[in-house]
Amino acid sequence: MNRRSPKKTAVLMAGVLLLLFVLQFILPAYHHSTFSKIMVLASYAMGFNILLGYTGLMSLGHAMFFSTGMYATGISVYHFGYTGIPALGIGVLCTVLVSMLLGLVALRTSGVSFLIVTLMFGQAVFLSILYFDQFTLGQDGFTLTKELEPLVLGNASYSYTDPTFKYNAAWFLFALSLVITNILIISPIGRVLIAIRENEERTQMLGYNTYLYKLFAMTLSGALSGLAGSVHALLFSYVGATFAEIHHSIAPLLWTLLGGVGTTLGPLLGTGIMHYLIDFTSGWTSAYLLIVGAILVLLVIGAPQGLMGLVRQKRLPWLP
Amino acid sequence: MEGKEKKPEQSVKNKSQISRRSLFGTTAAVAGAGVLASNLTDPIVRSAYAAGSDAPIRIGFQVHRTGIGATYGKWYERTTNAAAKYINEHGGMGGRPVEIVPEDDGTDPKRGADVVEKFATQHKVDFVYGTLFSHVVMGSSPRAGELKIPYFVVSEGYHVASGALNRYVFQPCITDVRSQISAMSGWIFNNLGKKMTLIYPDYAFGYNHRDYASAAAEKHGAKISAKLAIPPTASSFTRYFAKIPKDTEVIYHVMVGPGVLTFVREMGEHFGSNRPEIFGFIDSLEGVALDSPGLDFLNGTYFWEAMPRYADGYPTHGEKVYRNAVGVDANGASKSDSKDVSTYSHMFGCWETLFAIKEAVEQSGYRDKRDYANLIETFEGFQGFNEGIAHPQGSKMFSGKSHQCYGQQFISKVENSKFDVVHRTSIEDGYYEPETDYTKLPL
Repeated sequence: MNRRSPKKTAVLMAGVLLLLFVLQFILPAYHHSTFSKIMVLASYAMGFNILLGYTGLMSLGHAMFFSTGMYATGISVYHFGYTGIPALGIGVLCTVLVSMLLGLVALRTSGVSFLIVTLMFGQAVFLSILYFDQFTLGQDGFTLTKELEPLVLGNASYSYTDPTFKYNAAWFLFALSLVITNILIISPIGRVLIAIRENEERTQMLGYNTYLYKLFAMTLSGALSGLAGSVHALLFSYVGATFAEIHHSIAPLLWTLLGGVGTTLGPLLGTGIMHYLIDFTSGWTSAYLLIVGAILVLLVIGAPQGLMGLVRQKRLPWLP
Repeated sequence: MEGKEKKPEQSVKNKSQISRRSLFGTTAAVAGAGVLASNLTDPIVRSAYAAGSDAPIRIGFQVHRTGIGATYGKWYERTTNAAAKYINEHGGMGGRPVEIVPEDDGTDPKRGADVVEKFATQHKVDFVYGTLFSHVVMGSSPRAGELKIPYFVVSEGYHVASGALNRYVFQPCITDVRSQISAMSGWIFNNLGKKMTLIYPDYAFGYNHRDYASAAAEKHGAKISAKLAIPPTASSFTRYFAKIPKDTEVIYHVMVGPGVLTFVREMGEHFGSNRPEIFGFIDSLEGVALDSPGLDFLNGTYFWEAMPRYADGYPTHGEKVYRNAVGVDANGASKSDSKDVSTYSHMFGCWETLFAIKEAVEQSGYRDKRDYANLIETFEGFQGFNEGIAHPQGSKMFSGKSHQCYGQQFISKVENSKFDVVHRTSIEDGYYEPETDYTKLPL
């Protein structure tokens, strides 16, 4: 068990958030925009990490949560004329519902069976998006550029596509996900989840209803992923089936493995490194995925706990 | 345009120079003569640009080097490089050389938007261009509109003309699916049969075909006997062939992707020699040699081609220059590798679009990004493009309102594992009234 240090943890988290906030005034335009996207996707990975990193359940269908949030928000705006915030609420609500329902079914399995069940449901959501093309506009998807009204707060009006608004909205989402994750893991519920991850049978013997705890983790994980999908739709103005594909379920797994499974900052680090790795290497060669794959293999061999996990093991044992 | 460089010869048609009727009339007249004049109005008339002239015009090329569009991307890149080389050898754009800045988007809408961002804010290109797959266009267009950078796509999708995108997105030199189907349906129903079964992939691309082919059938008094949607995950197709009604006179198929060869083979096994007429879209066979094993069954069937793969299909001067410049042999394969078959019915769009950009640059007097508004309004003033070296596929009509062109199509019959052109449509055959007006959107 790691030695916890709430004070050091709070300072580190505040420092990371402050750094990300200040970066918006320093970064060149391209990286400014890239960081906005990384923070949204890192929030998605943090949702995934709650299930894998803290509960020990590996899902291969998390894109269904991300895309449920994205499509529920997008369709609310595109077809029903909702403004951003109510559409966001609808997105999260739908994701909570979907993740809870899926949890009720999928959590009756475990291990590889759980992996397969989530994969199958993920594919079912993807194919449903293609099938109900009258609403989803199929593979091509739709844009929200013309339909989305600016966000009005008091007398001020903010365009979702404004770079400054986009960055700060992404930062707020990331901060929210980080705070929720940190509160969760120091809370009694989080302790039980970690106990389930370490030894579910023993946790049951202690009298905990592990099924309910896992259902809670599944719902929270899905809700955070769905929230990230909803925010992604609003900030980047595009809703498409590509976000429901299997690749988009594997992505948060890779980001989390790279950054550090079961670490709160690992998803951010993994998402950022992976994004820039692809960005840089794709400029050199069309075989960039080979390079990315080789680096990942080396990392898994050399540091199976991920980068933040390595830091925790070698330097900062209190790292959450 | 007032105050713009005046040129003795242009490939572009402005409002003052042409009317829709005259364009249709001209096309119809030359079409009747059998071969369109190919080099009457060519823009390549300037001498080389002066040494030490302005910096290059940088064009960000969003290329599908990897992912599902890689076969197309390879040929799009070859065509783009050939067009840029040709333009640079003949005076550049407005006297400035063209520099192509490629970035792989992985045929992925997520990456596509990042690539547009990178072009605009890191590479600082003048324009973004070249995207094929429609979902990548959809994913990338919002960012192009937000960044207010002109974005020229070569996609064939109906997305631009539908009004779903924004004022910065143009598709000037490749026709959309709706127009293609409208153009060919009359010939199909009159020559192959009036009872049609549609076989299409069960996603947006297929739905476009389903919907517009159904509308065309109604217009021509034909009947759609069955509509068979094939899931994208299908790897075997025999059970779908069993659903084809016995009274079907013509099968219309638009299958794409890795399952195409299996699809054709199983269709052959199902029907044998006793088959209805079959009409397909070349998308199924782009980059595929017709003499590939299992494709014998296609002999005697018909295909749409946007531009004939074989050199004898449309032997104009412009086509010969284009084919030679890109490095394609008479059979539609690479000159250096006869097994490397081109995507001939799509890649011309890259060549032509670069020339269309060149016209807009020169007519608007574009110097840098401050001239975007003027360039876009100039482009929206274009009414079409003349056939020639710059537009080897044929003349185009262009709608400034919908940012979409209309052009001729070809119908070819497979004979001895080779395409023979049997019909060429007019531009008017594929014309429909624009349903959107991007010019009303703010710049």
